[in-house]
Amino acid sequence: MTGWGTQDLTVRYGKKTALAKVTLQAQAGQVTAVVGGDGAGKTTLLRCLAGTLAPTTGTVRKPAKQRIGYLPSSSGIYPDLTVLENLDFRATSYKLPRQAARARAEEYLDRAGLADAKNRLAGQLSGGMRQKLAVIAAMLHQPDLLVLDEPTTGVDPVSRSGLWWLIARAAADGCAVVLATTYLDEAERCATVLVLDAGTALAAGPSDEIVAAMPGVLCRVADKPAGEAARRAWRRGGRWRVWLERPPDTPGAELVTPDLQDAVTVAAIAREITMTKEVAA
Amino acid sequence: MSPLAEASNVTKTFGGFTAVKDVNLRVEPGEIVGLLGANGAGKTTLIKMLLGLTRATSGSVALFGQPPSRQTRSRLGYVPQGLGLYDDLTTAENMAFTAKVFNEAKNVPLPEEIARYAGDLIGSMSLGAQRRVAFAQALSHQPDLLILDEPTSGVDPLGRARLWETIADAADAGAGVLVTTHYMEEAGECGRLVIMADGVVVAAGTASDIIGSSQATVVEADSWAAAFSRCEAAGLAVALAGRGLRVPGVDPAKVRLALGDLPGARVRQVPATLEERFFELVDAGG
Repeated sequence: MTGWGTQDLTVRYGKKTALAKVTLQAQAGQVTAVVGGDGAGKTTLLRCLAGTLAPTTGTVRKPAKQRIGYLPSSSGIYPDLTVLENLDFRATSYKLPRQAARARAEEYLDRAGLADAKNRLAGQLSGGMRQKLAVIAAMLHQPDLLVLDEPTTGVDPVSRSGLWWLIARAAADGCAVVLATTYLDEAERCATVLVLDAGTALAAGPSDEIVAAMPGVLCRVADKPAGEAARRAWRRGGRWRVWLERPPDTPGAELVTPDLQDAVTVAAIAREITMTKEVAA
Repeated sequence: MSPLAEASNVTKTFGGFTAVKDVNLRVEPGEIVGLLGANGAGKTTLIKMLLGLTRATSGSVALFGQPPSRQTRSRLGYVPQGLGLYDDLTTAENMAFTAKVFNEAKNVPLPEEIARYAGDLIGSMSLGAQRRVAFAQALSHQPDLLILDEPTSGVDPLGRARLWETIADAADAGAGVLVTTHYMEEAGECGRLVIMADGVVVAAGTASDIIGSSQATVVEADSWAAAFSRCEAAGLAVALAGRGLRVPGVDPAKVRLALGDLPGARVRQVPATLEERFFELVDAGG
């Protein structure tokens, strides 16, 4: 197996299982997304990859500590230092050649739209600007593995596009990037996706393969279906999507081609239905 | 009948800074209006004026046909970004408190979707569950107008679909909804969009009205990283897209020129996404 990642990673906090047998592959020069809501286990997985948390069972393949860049969910930026001082400090901690590190810092700041904020105190930056600084700090030493915990959550679209430039740049330079996000449109930008739900993998792979592997078919209807079918339906784009095991024989039923959002929603519904059956049994 | 909420030529200045400039916005019964914009675009200031929390410097704001007041406030449901729940009260206590504020009947059963959290302290609940309570709270007095600030932040995809179902149910029952979001994928749930940049409305209409004929170029190559570097070197604004790239607003011929003799390079033109169009508008406006 090539690249970095985890194999059957399980993490328990006391009796609570935060992650159960999760496998993630992160290739050099690619961005891998870990998607899920609050409490899905994204942070636990990323902490194991970054080496700040030990697995209960399973294995983690990661480079040596100084070859990892890690942005925890709280950004790790010193508010009393200026933007450039933060990056100089980072360069010193990693013993980077001074000139080269400064040149790289300036280029990243410029491309991420922070050129005018170089001498501002980090504590005075907006949330989006602080996140961009934090990502630059995490990638400044050109790590082999860059682990970013929700770099774009709560960030406005303009800062988000700056962040995505930085992420693409790190990957284009050969880094394996793993990032957590709650948003599927961000996951679609990545080469591979791991969807987590309550500590287990709901789906994994390139997003087109996740979509192709979706069982059953999707129908579009005008009104919310009644009864049991309501559990298999959700609202999207002002109409209803219904997930069916096989194409319906009702005339006029409109089949739709699923996308990643549909496929992930179906996986979550399928799990809900299975869990209810287990409880009933 | 007058609109539920209406801002007419509204301007708001703070000292020498104009936060909102000559903005018009309407929300009618039964419609979901999405308010999109970057930080500092003026969305929050506009909402504060609609809520009656701050006064317009010029222009006028009306809620239910009259200036915002205590009375109009009672017909309005608001979910702020921070949710506005009391962490050290239970779900049931939070709901009872709201009922009291709005002078409603006591001992009304909790809505089905939050009943199982009745005795749980808000502070001990997952963010998704807290959001459901905040929604139920905002809807409990059957408001005519719902104002939601980033309503689905941090929620998983199925949870988000369910929250949008709640929003759409309220609209189907006749309420008007004004929603702010950073996330363009949610714009598809809104009947109408208003995009702000630097205090001004730069576009309004349905998503397809706004996208219009804007195009992007999709790039595929044996090595996306090499394609990225070549586009960068040519000064093109290029974005990662799965195992390829997208170059918004640039025609394929120009992108092909930038790629030169790159092995396996293929380009094709596709309609722009709403997000790509958004940046075009923001760049032009800013």
